[in-house]
Amino acid sequence: MVSRRKFLAVIAAVAGFASFKRRVAAQEPVEGYDWNRHKYAFVVDTTRCIGCGRCVRACKIENEVPMKPFYFRTWVERWVWLKDEEGPKVDSPNGGFDGFPPTYDERMISKSYYVPKLCNHCDRPPCVQVCPVGATYKTKDGVVLVDEKYCIGCRYCIQACPYGARYLYPADGPRETRRNTADKCTWCYHRITRGYKPACVEVCPVGARKFGDLMDPEDEVRKIIEERRVQVLKPDMGTLPQVYYIELDSEVR
Amino acid sequence: MSEILWQILQHVQGYIYPNEVEVNWSVLIALYPYITGLVAGAFIVASLERIFKVEAVKPTYRLALLTALAFLLCAPLPLVAHLGHPERALEIMMTPHLSSAMAGFGFVYAWYLMAVLLIELYFDYRRDIVMWSQEVGGIKGFIYKILTLGDYNISDEAVKADNKIVNIVTVIGLPSAAFLHGYVGFIFGSVKANHWWSSPLMPIIFLFSAMVSGIALVLLIYIASSYIRGVELDRACTDTLANYLLYAYLLDLSLEFMELAHLFYTQEEGIDAIRVLITDKLFWTFIVIQVFLGTLVPIFLLILARTGIFRFNVRKWIYIFVTTLTLIGVFAMRWNVVIGGQLISKTYLGYTTYIMPLFGPESLSLALAIWILPFIILAVLIKLLPPWEHPHEWEKTETE
Repeated sequence: MVSRRKFLAVIAAVAGFASFKRRVAAQEPVEGYDWNRHKYAFVVDTTRCIGCGRCVRACKIENEVPMKPFYFRTWVERWVWLKDEEGPKVDSPNGGFDGFPPTYDERMISKSYYVPKLCNHCDRPPCVQVCPVGATYKTKDGVVLVDEKYCIGCRYCIQACPYGARYLYPADGPRETRRNTADKCTWCYHRITRGYKPACVEVCPVGARKFGDLMDPEDEVRKIIEERRVQVLKPDMGTLPQVYYIELDSEVR
Repeated sequence: MSEILWQILQHVQGYIYPNEVEVNWSVLIALYPYITGLVAGAFIVASLERIFKVEAVKPTYRLALLTALAFLLCAPLPLVAHLGHPERALEIMMTPHLSSAMAGFGFVYAWYLMAVLLIELYFDYRRDIVMWSQEVGGIKGFIYKILTLGDYNISDEAVKADNKIVNIVTVIGLPSAAFLHGYVGFIFGSVKANHWWSSPLMPIIFLFSAMVSGIALVLLIYIASSYIRGVELDRACTDTLANYLLYAYLLDLSLEFMELAHLFYTQEEGIDAIRVLITDKLFWTFIVIQVFLGTLVPIFLLILARTGIFRFNVRKWIYIFVTTLTLIGVFAMRWNVVIGGQLISKTYLGYTTYIMPLFGPESLSLALAIWILPFIILAVLIKLLPPWEHPHEWEKTETE
C-alpha cells in the first residue's frame, strides 16, 4: 500500500523532472517578450496549502537549487497554535521539502496552517538598494533578479532582505556560473516570459499558489488582490511586497 | 563549508528562516570595521597635535599617522578575502551602484588614502626625506630619492608652505576620518531588516569606539616602541593620551548605553529575542568581554591612574593593561555587532550559531594573518620613515 505522502512525492518528482527537461537557461531574453506590457504578482492562499512540499521540490529541481537543507528559493512553514500556550509553534523541516511529520497531538491544537514563502519581489526592494555593483536589479515587469555574472558575492543583499529569501549559492552547487553569488526566487523568470507559470504554481495540487499579471484585467490574481482581503509580510518594513497572502494571520512574518 | 553548516543545523534553536543557518558575514567582516576604526582613531590622535594644538602628544604625531597608514592599507583585505568573487572586487569602483552604502566605501577609502593620509605624510616628511636622500645611500637612499618626487627645495619658505598644506589637509582629514568610520557604522545601521543593527546611532557609536581603539593602539605602540628603542617614555604624552582615552571611553559608554536603553524602552517587535541574544548567546562576548573587561574595568583603572596615587612606573603598567583590554573589548564590540546580529533570526523566533573554521577561507588563521600584517607594514614604515620627532639627526648637529 503506497501512502498518500509517498504518492504525492512521486507525482511531484515526475512533475518536477518534466519541468526540468523543459528548462531553458534562466533569464535569457525571449524573442517577442515585452516587459513593459506585464506587471506580475503572486498570491498565496494560506487556507488551501496542505504542506505537501511539492512546490519546494519542484523549485529545487527546476532552478538547480542545491538539495541541501540550507538553500531555498521557496519553502513552506507550519504555524501551530496550541491550546493554553502563548505564541505559535513554527517549523519548516528541510523547508517542507519532505512534507511535515505529525508532530503535535491534534486534540491540543487550536489552529494551524501552512505558509508558503518565497521572494516577495518588493516594489521597493532593499536588496536592490544595497547591492554595491547593481547585480541585483528590478525588471520593468516587477521581478527582482540577480545577474550571476556580475554579483561579487558580498552578501549585503542577503543581510538586507527582511524575509530571509536569499542565500549564497554554494561553491559546490550544481550550476557552475552561479557559484558564490547571491541566489533567490526569480518567479521562474525563464518560464513566465514564455507564458508558463512558475514551477511551484504549476505543481501545487490545491491551487494555494497563484501567479498572474496585474496588467491583464481578466487575470485571477488581479481580481483576488482587488476583491479580497489580502495581506503582505512585514508591511512595516515599507518594502511593498508583491506576494499577497489570503487570510494571513497577523503573527506571521 | 557544507560540513560546518550540517554541524550548525544541529545547534539551531527555535524557528529561523531556512536560509539563515549560515552566518554570511564572518570573522573577517568583524575584523573590517575593527581595522578601519583603528585607522580613524589613530588619525584623530594625530590631529590632536595638529588641529587642537595639544603639544603634549607631539611625540606620537607621526607615529599615529604611520599607524593609520599601515592599518588603512590592510583595511580592504578582509572585505576582498570575504567576497564570493574577489576577482570582481574592483567592480565596486568601476561600475558602482550609488544607492548602496557599500559602494560608497571604495570612494571614501580612496579619498582618505590618496587625498588625506598620503598627502599629509608626504608634506610632513618632505624635508626629512630630502635630507635622508642626501645622506643615505644604497637601496634605502634610492627609495628616499623616489619619495622626494623630485622636489629638493627645503628652504624655510618651502618648509613653511609644507607646514601650511599639512595643516589644511589635517583639517580636511579629521572629518574624512570620522566619515570613513561613521560610514562603516552606516553600512550596518541602515539594514532595517536587522533589529540589532538598525539604529541611527550606529555610525556615531562606531565612531566613538573607533576613537577609543585608535587612541589605545597608538598609546600601546608608543609604549612598546619606546621600550624597544630603549628610550624613556614621555610622561606628559603618555598621561595625556590616557586622559583622552578616558574621555573617549566615557562618551562611547554613554552612547552605547543610550542605544541599549532605547531598545529596551521602546519594546519594539523582537525585543524578547534581543534580550535572549544579550543574556545568553552573547553573554561572554558582550556582557563579560565588551562591557565589563573592555569598558568598565579600563574606565575604572584610567580614573584610578588619573588620581595621581600611583607613580609613573605603575601607571605605565596600568596603561599597558588598559590598552590591551581596550583593543580586545573593541574587537568584541565589532564581533557582537557583526556576528551577534546574524545569530538572531529575522523571524525573531530563533537563533543560529557561528562556528569559526580554524583554517581556509574566512577562518581564524586568515583573520589573524590579516591582523598581524599592519604591524609588519608599520615596522617597515617606521624603519623607512622614523617618526621620532625629537630630535632629528640633523637638528641635533645643528644645535650642537
